[in-house]
Amino acid sequence: MESIPIEHGLILASILFTLGLIGVLTRRNIVFVLMSLEIMLNASGLAFIVASARWEHAEGQVMFLMILTLAAAEVAVGLGLIIQMYRRFQTVDINVLSEMKG
Amino acid sequence: MLDYIWLLPTLPLLGFLILILTAGNLPKRAVAIIGAGSIGLSFLVALIIALRFLGSGEEYFVKEAWVWMAVGGFDASFNFYLDGLSLTMMLIITGIGFLIHLYATGYMADDPDYSRFFSYMNLFVAAMLMLVLGDNLVVLYLGWEGVGLCSYLLIGFWYTNPENGYAARKAFVVTRVGDTSMAIGLFLLFASLGTLNIQDMLHAAETQWAVGSGLAVAVSLLLLGGAVGKSAQLPLQTWLPDAMAGPTPISALIHAATMVTAGVYLIARTHTLFEMAPSVQILVAWIGLITLLMAGFTALTQTDIKRILAYSTVSQIGYMFLGLGAGAWSAAIFHLMTHAFFKALLFLAAGTVILSLHHEQNIFNMGGKRKQLPFSFYSFLFGSLALTAFPYTSGYFSKDEILLGALEVDGVGLWLWLGGVIGAFLTSIYTFRLFFVVFFGESGGHDKEKEVGGWNMSGPLVVLMVGSLFAGYMNLPLDIIFSQGESHEEHHVSPLIHGIMIVVPLLGIGIAYLFYGTRTFSIARIMASPFAQSLHKFWFNGWGMDTLYNRLFVNPFLWLARINKNDIVDKFYCFLIELSSIANRMMVKTQTGYLRWYTLTVAAGLVFVITLGALL
Repeated sequence: MESIPIEHGLILASILFTLGLIGVLTRRNIVFVLMSLEIMLNASGLAFIVASARWEHAEGQVMFLMILTLAAAEVAVGLGLIIQMYRRFQTVDINVLSEMKG
Repeated sequence: MLDYIWLLPTLPLLGFLILILTAGNLPKRAVAIIGAGSIGLSFLVALIIALRFLGSGEEYFVKEAWVWMAVGGFDASFNFYLDGLSLTMMLIITGIGFLIHLYATGYMADDPDYSRFFSYMNLFVAAMLMLVLGDNLVVLYLGWEGVGLCSYLLIGFWYTNPENGYAARKAFVVTRVGDTSMAIGLFLLFASLGTLNIQDMLHAAETQWAVGSGLAVAVSLLLLGGAVGKSAQLPLQTWLPDAMAGPTPISALIHAATMVTAGVYLIARTHTLFEMAPSVQILVAWIGLITLLMAGFTALTQTDIKRILAYSTVSQIGYMFLGLGAGAWSAAIFHLMTHAFFKALLFLAAGTVILSLHHEQNIFNMGGKRKQLPFSFYSFLFGSLALTAFPYTSGYFSKDEILLGALEVDGVGLWLWLGGVIGAFLTSIYTFRLFFVVFFGESGGHDKEKEVGGWNMSGPLVVLMVGSLFAGYMNLPLDIIFSQGESHEEHHVSPLIHGIMIVVPLLGIGIAYLFYGTRTFSIARIMASPFAQSLHKFWFNGWGMDTLYNRLFVNPFLWLARINKNDIVDKFYCFLIELSSIANRMMVKTQTGYLRWYTLTVAAGLVFVITLGALL
């Protein structure tokens, strides 16, 4: 079977990563920021998978499993923080939360 | 028993530690027992060691204590070196020191800082013993600086009066000039000979250097600088009269009997170096002679009882320097010993007078005090007789030996001798001027006061009186140390010379008697001429040395300090501070509080680093 060249996988991963980064940078709603973060995590996971397929190594897949777990934990904590934040400030706009400036 | 020599400085040091750590919380009685007792014990140990040492017939004894530091080729070990010279010094320091401590327990009885006083005194004795017992110039220097520190602390003991603080700082700074020269001398010695152990160093110098070579001259000049500072000789003598601001027992212990003679000890200890630099050695004699004459003239005009004694001390140390310069090493040390007795006696007696008359120090406000202060009268009588070298008192023997030694110097011997005799003449005039003015004539006030002092004040005076009269019969074990080069004991001189040396002091006493005892001659008539008045003023101010130094050093320094008030050097460091706070303000701007901004900077930084990695 014709395998997909590694460049394609990596290009896809970087596009995903950049999209996620742009999301983090431009979104004001913190829920969307969190979602963009997830996209970035998955982009890096994709890069691992592609690399492990290319060199036929299991470590990349193991790393992806770890990233999945990490993402799940992160979402759990993140969502909890967002709920707290909403309760406290009645907003999900991160621009409002800029008290900690020098 | 000789092994216990380390106890000597340790006992006073322990006394110091106890007194300073209890910070004045001990009752006065306990302080007196610890303060004077530690020195007393130390004296006992010194006596036993002296007996054992002299009994053993050894030339010297070394007790190795521990190695202080050893770096590369340099090692300074904390060893105790005992020979005739350090034995003599050790007995003077602990013996006279103990008497003065005992006296001080009475003299300082009403002082609120009793404990602080004795702690400093004990520290002083410990440092002084380190100075004379160390077998290494580094240990000697430690003691040297230690006594300097104690001198500073004790001159400024009554620190609430700013003048005392000024006198203390003056003493410290002026002696520091000498100490710096001495330190450079030590560096030079180490650099050229590779050891600072005194005996090794002297042997090495003898074998490696030629007589009169540049190194020998330089080193002995630098050491002489240190000695001159500590012993208040020309040109660094200005601090000693002002040092009289301290309590009187201090003047007796530090500024008459022990510390100021450290310079004499240093030169005697390193006399081999001075013998190898004959030009410096003769310079020592001239410094001594000029100082003793200048101080003698100054003492003639002073009115403060302690300042007269201070100038007299400067003058007597001048005699010791004259002896050292003439190569009469043991005569100089002999005079050091007799001087310690009679000058301590005079200072302590002056202390009794001052305390009895409620801190009156001007001799012209006293007068006719011999009935009122009988004990001080006799102390002063015997002390003054010894000081003027009255025949068969202690001062007579020692001063005679120095003058005869000076006479034997090639070439200038007669001049040195003549100067010394004139000095002796001056000595007898100013000493008996003080004596007659204070104890004879009409009372100048203070008629009601009684003489103060219990046994602890009169006891030391009695011992010192005996010492002043009879210490001249002692035979110091110095011959072995100074055997080479010593112009030897038996002086064969004409009876005329002897006659002059006996008559001159008597003549001075007679003149003082006619002027101040019977008032046959009047000082007022001499003082009528303007020349005499200006001369009097000149001498009274110590030959204008203070004014000269103020013009030369103090005022330029103050001027520099004034124009440099904003500290040029500091500008550079202020600039550094300014720079970092500018950087800080710039960095603070990046701290916006917006999360996206931080993310952007992280991402941009990452891109930057990766690009850099890809390009390079």
